[in-house]
Amino acid sequence: MTGLVADFLPALRDAARAVPAGLTDGHGQAAGRRFAVYRNNVAVSLTEALETGFPCLFRLLGAENFRPLARMFVDRHLPASPLMMQYGAEMPVFLAGFPALDRYPYLPDVARLELARRDSYHAADATPMDAARLAVDDLDALRLIFAPAVRLVQSDWPLHAIWAHTMADGPSPAAEAQSVLITRADFDPIPHALTPAEGGFIAALMAGATLGTAFATAAPAFDPTRALTLLISHAALTDTRTP
Amino acid sequence: MFDRSPSDLPCSPGVGFKADHFAALLADPGAVGWIEIHAENYMGAGGRPLAQLRALAERFAVSVHGVGLSIGGEGQLDADHLARLKHLTGWLNPASFSEHLAWSTHDGAYLNDLLPLPYTAATLTRVADHIDRVQTVLGRRMLLENPSSYLAFAESDWSEPDFLRELVRRTGCGLLLDVNNVFISATNLGFAPQGYIDAFPLDAVGEVHLGGHDPDHDDHGAPLLIDSHGCAVADPVWALLDHTLARMGPRPVLIEWDNDVPEWPVLASEAARAAAALARIAA
Amino acid sequence: MNTKIKTAALIGAVAAALAAQATTASAQAKEKCFGVSLAGKNDCAAGAGTTCAGTSKVDYQGDAWTLVEAGTCTKIELPAMADGTKRVGALEAQTRDLPTT
Repeated sequence: MTGLVADFLPALRDAARAVPAGLTDGHGQAAGRRFAVYRNNVAVSLTEALETGFPCLFRLLGAENFRPLARMFVDRHLPASPLMMQYGAEMPVFLAGFPALDRYPYLPDVARLELARRDSYHAADATPMDAARLAVDDLDALRLIFAPAVRLVQSDWPLHAIWAHTMADGPSPAAEAQSVLITRADFDPIPHALTPAEGGFIAALMAGATLGTAFATAAPAFDPTRALTLLISHAALTDTRTP
Repeated sequence: MFDRSPSDLPCSPGVGFKADHFAALLADPGAVGWIEIHAENYMGAGGRPLAQLRALAERFAVSVHGVGLSIGGEGQLDADHLARLKHLTGWLNPASFSEHLAWSTHDGAYLNDLLPLPYTAATLTRVADHIDRVQTVLGRRMLLENPSSYLAFAESDWSEPDFLRELVRRTGCGLLLDVNNVFISATNLGFAPQGYIDAFPLDAVGEVHLGGHDPDHDDHGAPLLIDSHGCAVADPVWALLDHTLARMGPRPVLIEWDNDVPEWPVLASEAARAAAALARIAA
Repeated sequence: MNTKIKTAALIGAVAAALAAQATTASAQAKEKCFGVSLAGKNDCAAGAGTTCAGTSKVDYQGDAWTLVEAGTCTKIELPAMADGTKRVGALEAQTRDLPTT
């Protein structure tokens, strides 16, 4: 076919290019501005998808910054699949590459948190395990099986506080590192703040380490009680195994 | 060719399902006899979307409407996406599956818009091959929807109704007739919408779409209607529906409202208006 | 801390977690629901209804792009470490975004 890809696609993506020849208004006149409807639909629909997919980034940056950034993202990263629920995976790396954002180095981690929440929202359902499964003699050898909707985002920034301050009227973030554990007991992903040590402990468990190994590699004074309580009481675990 | 309607949807009004309407729709469906979902929004592994869909499927007939398969695309169909559609239609067993006469993907990049095609012999062969493939993989007949057009290809040598009729003849697919799209294309390209309907292969229609559009204009000040799905169905589109139903007989009629989605009672009243149009031809 | 003491601490922590779980289970239902909109939904409608938004020339040069005063990030100033690195209190090398097993 002539026209479709050779002419149509580049002109669709770059407004500086001329409208392809051979497109008309139905009466032999050049299509002109009519072609812009398609340009508009592509650019605006993908930009709006990023806006709804990254609501915290949108508020942090403001519409005047977010929209041009999103347009640049769209230009560099068209969706790789028709599933818009997956669009935007490259956002953290994209943001990290902007010198103008150097004063806000936590933004890539905010993007990772928002991607993780979206992932969690669409993850498979699972039945949480009975917490009594942890009442065993050989705890050291126990490995935990996590629900498919559980996500962990480790950060050098007060990531949970930044998110809560922006999205849920939380207090101003203090200068401390936080990791975020996302659990989904039913349908709504909930972000929980973790200390870096708790984040490291849960990361080890999610990677398949035994409780004994995950605990032994944590800092000497680390108390895992709060992390374990979070996992148990928010349906984060589905099973245990002892290989 | 069609010994029965090309879809198993009831000849009553349906609505495009929006998650915000879940509780209100179940509590007070009014005239709504079936719902339509956009396939791509239900391709996650679990969570609320699938839970809502399972609950709705117990109460309503469901139409699965794909928006991302790029049936008019130049390359091969996306095998991964086709597999996802097979999985969804497999467990849900919907009353209908439909897609668009359009393209949206090229070289693995998805453009998130329904882009136009020239109506030529080459396009016909390619689209027919793609429809064959979809129907073979899904193991069911599909409906193909007429697009809303903002421009025309000088190289087209088929009219849109003839092009669709030929696709039906070659593949055995059914058609989804979007009456709002007919009105938009007729206004934008300057043809008579009734004439388009009269030339359309109405026997193959298994579903009708209605939606709202926005006014705009082209470089010469000529009217240019945008297929926004963001407001109520316009009066001339309702009139065109009457004209269509009078010629065609009753069909499942869907109200699409995708942007600036209103409260449920507003959408329900649009469905009631579709029910009245269906009742008029039954009388 | 030797292995036996570690093991005892782990047993204590699990016991405490199980006890805490019994008291937090009822509170869990009252946890604030932040919800998630159906982010990135697919639909078949046209965009914002104008023909102009897609025609503006985009500045594709990331280095040339500058931030304007907008949004709330300008109010969240997190100081860099004394040595000039961006890290704020993290003590250990971290792996990121672990998938579930």
